[in-house]
Amino acid sequence: MADRFEEPAFGAVERDFSQVDKARLVQALSRVLAPASLLYDLEDLRPYECDGMAALRQLPLVVVLPDTEAQVVEILKICAAQQVPVVARGAGTGLSGGAQPHRFGVVLSLARFGRILSIDAHARRAVVQPGVRNLAISEAAAPFGLYYAPDPSSQIACTIGGNVAENSGGVHCLKYGLTIHNLLKVRGVTIQGEIVEFGSLALDAPGYDLLPLVTGSEGMLAVVTEVTVKLTPKPQLAQCVLAAFDDVVKAGDAVAAIIAAGIIPAGLEMMDQPATAAVEEFVRAGYPLDAEAILLCESDGTPEEVAEEIGRVRAILERSGATDICVSRDEAERLRFWAGRKAAFPAAGRISPDYYCMDGTIPRKRLGEMLRAIQDMEKKYAMRCINVFHAGDGNLHPLILFDANKPGDQHTAEAFGAEILELSVALGGTITGEHGVGIEKINQMCSQFATPEIKAFHRVKAAFDPAGLLNPGKAIPTLNRCAEYGRERMGRTSPQAHPDLPRF
Amino acid sequence: MDELIQAWSERVRQAAASGGKLRIRGGGSKDFYGREPVGELLETGACRGIVNYEPSELVVTVRAGTPLAELEAALAEQGQMLAFEPPRFAAGSTVGGCIAAGLAGPRRAAVGGVRDFVLGARLIDGRGDVLRFGGEVMKNVAGYDVSRALAGSLGTLGLIVELSLKVLPRPVAEATLRFEADEADALHRLNAWGGQALPVSASAWRGGGLHLRLSGASAAVEAAVARLGGEGVDAAEAEALWGGLRDHTDPFFSGSTPLWRLSLPSDALALALDGEQLVEWGGAQRWLRSERPAADIRRRVEVLGGHATLFRHGDRQGACFHPLSEAMMRLQQNLKNAFDPAGVFNPGRLYEGL
Ligand SMILES: Cc1cc2nc3c(=O)[nH]c(=O)nc-3n(C[C@H](O)[C@H](O)[C@H](O)COP(=O)(O)OP(=O)(O)OC[C@H]3O[C@@H](n4cnc5c(N)ncnc54)[C@H](O)[C@@H]3O)c2cc1C
Repeated sequence: MADRFEEPAFGAVERDFSQVDKARLVQALSRVLAPASLLYDLEDLRPYECDGMAALRQLPLVVVLPDTEAQVVEILKICAAQQVPVVARGAGTGLSGGAQPHRFGVVLSLARFGRILSIDAHARRAVVQPGVRNLAISEAAAPFGLYYAPDPSSQIACTIGGNVAENSGGVHCLKYGLTIHNLLKVRGVTIQGEIVEFGSLALDAPGYDLLPLVTGSEGMLAVVTEVTVKLTPKPQLAQCVLAAFDDVVKAGDAVAAIIAAGIIPAGLEMMDQPATAAVEEFVRAGYPLDAEAILLCESDGTPEEVAEEIGRVRAILERSGATDICVSRDEAERLRFWAGRKAAFPAAGRISPDYYCMDGTIPRKRLGEMLRAIQDMEKKYAMRCINVFHAGDGNLHPLILFDANKPGDQHTAEAFGAEILELSVALGGTITGEHGVGIEKINQMCSQFATPEIKAFHRVKAAFDPAGLLNPGKAIPTLNRCAEYGRERMGRTSPQAHPDLPRF
Repeated sequence: MDELIQAWSERVRQAAASGGKLRIRGGGSKDFYGREPVGELLETGACRGIVNYEPSELVVTVRAGTPLAELEAALAEQGQMLAFEPPRFAAGSTVGGCIAAGLAGPRRAAVGGVRDFVLGARLIDGRGDVLRFGGEVMKNVAGYDVSRALAGSLGTLGLIVELSLKVLPRPVAEATLRFEADEADALHRLNAWGGQALPVSASAWRGGGLHLRLSGASAAVEAAVARLGGEGVDAAEAEALWGGLRDHTDPFFSGSTPLWRLSLPSDALALALDGEQLVEWGGAQRWLRSERPAADIRRRVEVLGGHATLFRHGDRQGACFHPLSEAMMRLQQNLKNAFDPAGVFNPGRLYEGL
């Protein structure tokens, strides 16, 4: 009886797709798609060979650019019939290789699903196609005094479909939540070509709540074809406090003190001195260059509310030893403060040929420990690392600076990153707060989860996609990979971290 | 505690092997909810206690059998709360039951539902494996978000033994206002207010009276009171009102006429079904006491874009929850099989065959 549900075949070892017949696939797809929507020549495929994690490149067999949901259904049915991997793709800004093509697969680009279908100001919701850019939703809602709250720094480029797939966050998610908290309904197509709606226009839906499973599932459970988001009324006023500290740990303690005082700021971000310097050179946000760390703390609401909260925040910052505190005087200055933070990644790209962005989350109180450990790692790997944090929720973005053209640098950066991720787990946190596992952190999944959980994830995957065709090789490692990674780690560290993992 | 979990896991394994069924029960305060419970009783009360509470991290980790009252008292001591205001229904209700039932109270529309506050969970699946998902941090996208999906699963996916929940500071100030309004007018006003940056934390309309609760910083609440007008309700009366709606001790919920919970888009039109009605969550949750056939109620609610739950009384042998599309039902069945292939936990409580 307990065998009624067989273990998914792809859970132990990676499935071999080398038998896929490109000519047969193209022929079938050409019956559904116009020539301009079906790419298979080398030069046409190039733009799709990587996502925001540019170090990992792979050409697909085919790229499809459907215009309608009916075409998506047909494409998926063809891929299911021919057992071809499918990788959905939004804007390709993902930082973990989630949209990296499969060698024997199809890239399904949602780029042509770019329409905002409706904005209902009275009900505060927008129905959009998955290829709509995050910022475009807020722009369209602005005339009604509304906006879409999650604001990833990539919001001018990334798509809502990608946001759903990664459960993306932003600098304001401490107060306004992640993508999952701002969704009403997601419509998707399963690999069998069935259209399913997760969530509803009401605040809940009957049966198991599959919305949180699909959100953050990195294109592994269904292809998202329509998203209904909640819109939030724009606060009357927002003001941002910029505080300088002569010690990173003091800044970390100030963050904890603000939260402990019962304040949930609209945003609470931290940058260390090297990050501040990199940004300042790039956007001139007005950050103090002599500070070891700066904090950005935003307050929003009615003018009375903001004044009250800023007063309390200022007092806490002073008590926590801030060396300088400066409150934005107008909207232009507030935006300038944020422009610096939001430009942190490109700024890293300017001071270094390459950078590698980490995304661990740890309990806030361990921040100081993590920072000291990263400093030690900089010495150990002889590589620089600049730090920006979503400090309010403990989500760290250490940016490891390296040069891919230097032999060995890439490898060293990866080892550096892996050590940060494993420390995040050891400190009671997670390897990824918002960028997803993709292929980048697939090994570290084996550190965070033991075999029974990994198996459970494969079963969840199989519940939606029994043949394992949607984005194979991403997000959830095979048991075999974990065993290998365990062996490799054993060489580096002892005692063995996961004695319960089968060693094949 | 490890021994207890070990013993439970063994019990699950044996049940799975022998075709046994387990009926998971916390405080029994929601015995009335869902389809008729069946199976050998497994009570979670022994799995009790707060494991870790860090007020400055806004997280609490608690064992599933801990009484809600115990958890809420510990949070209140630190000026914090479970922001989704779970109904307690009766004195013994537990944290595990609260998450498994997935029910939220008056603050739902303002702050989010049960799943929005679940950060991590430890559970025993239908194979007897002890699994841990999520964690104690706010942002975590490693692996599928199984812990949030447990909210509302009514114990049919596994035996929850521990939960990590996000908690929030209690609002500094609160005020309740009353307005005269008919149903259509109330629905219109609630949606219009929802589009403005007002600190609305709860709402309730019935029989011509609309109550609105405002919570937040004193300055924000005062400004909203000044702007909205209406009639002030004194604090004790307001507390009784919202408490009664939260825990269903309000007279609206007494009696034995079937009680329907209708979950609708907040702007859905007036219900136009006979029976006594109570509107909450800015229009998104509408309670109906009605003897009308289930089919009539479900049809009307579908037209309005929502779903209907037979919440209390009425026929519990039939469907309590709204029927699902064929494709969705298959996914749900697959998910159930993924966690509980032998159908050990709370069989049929959510849907027949799940
Ligand atoms: C400079 C920079 C700053 C960033 N800042 C942030 C930040 O602040 N917060 C944050 O969370 N992220 C950030 N990111 C990461 C990235 O922008 C987000 O993960 C974003 O959500 C990806 O969207 P996309 O449209 O580019 O998706 P893609 O990169 O195209 O795809 C991402 C994943 O989603 C899947 N996918 C895409 N569309 C669909 C669909 N329709 N259906 C199913 N699956 C789909 C893909 O298969 C892939 O697994 C940043 C990236 C950059 C380059």
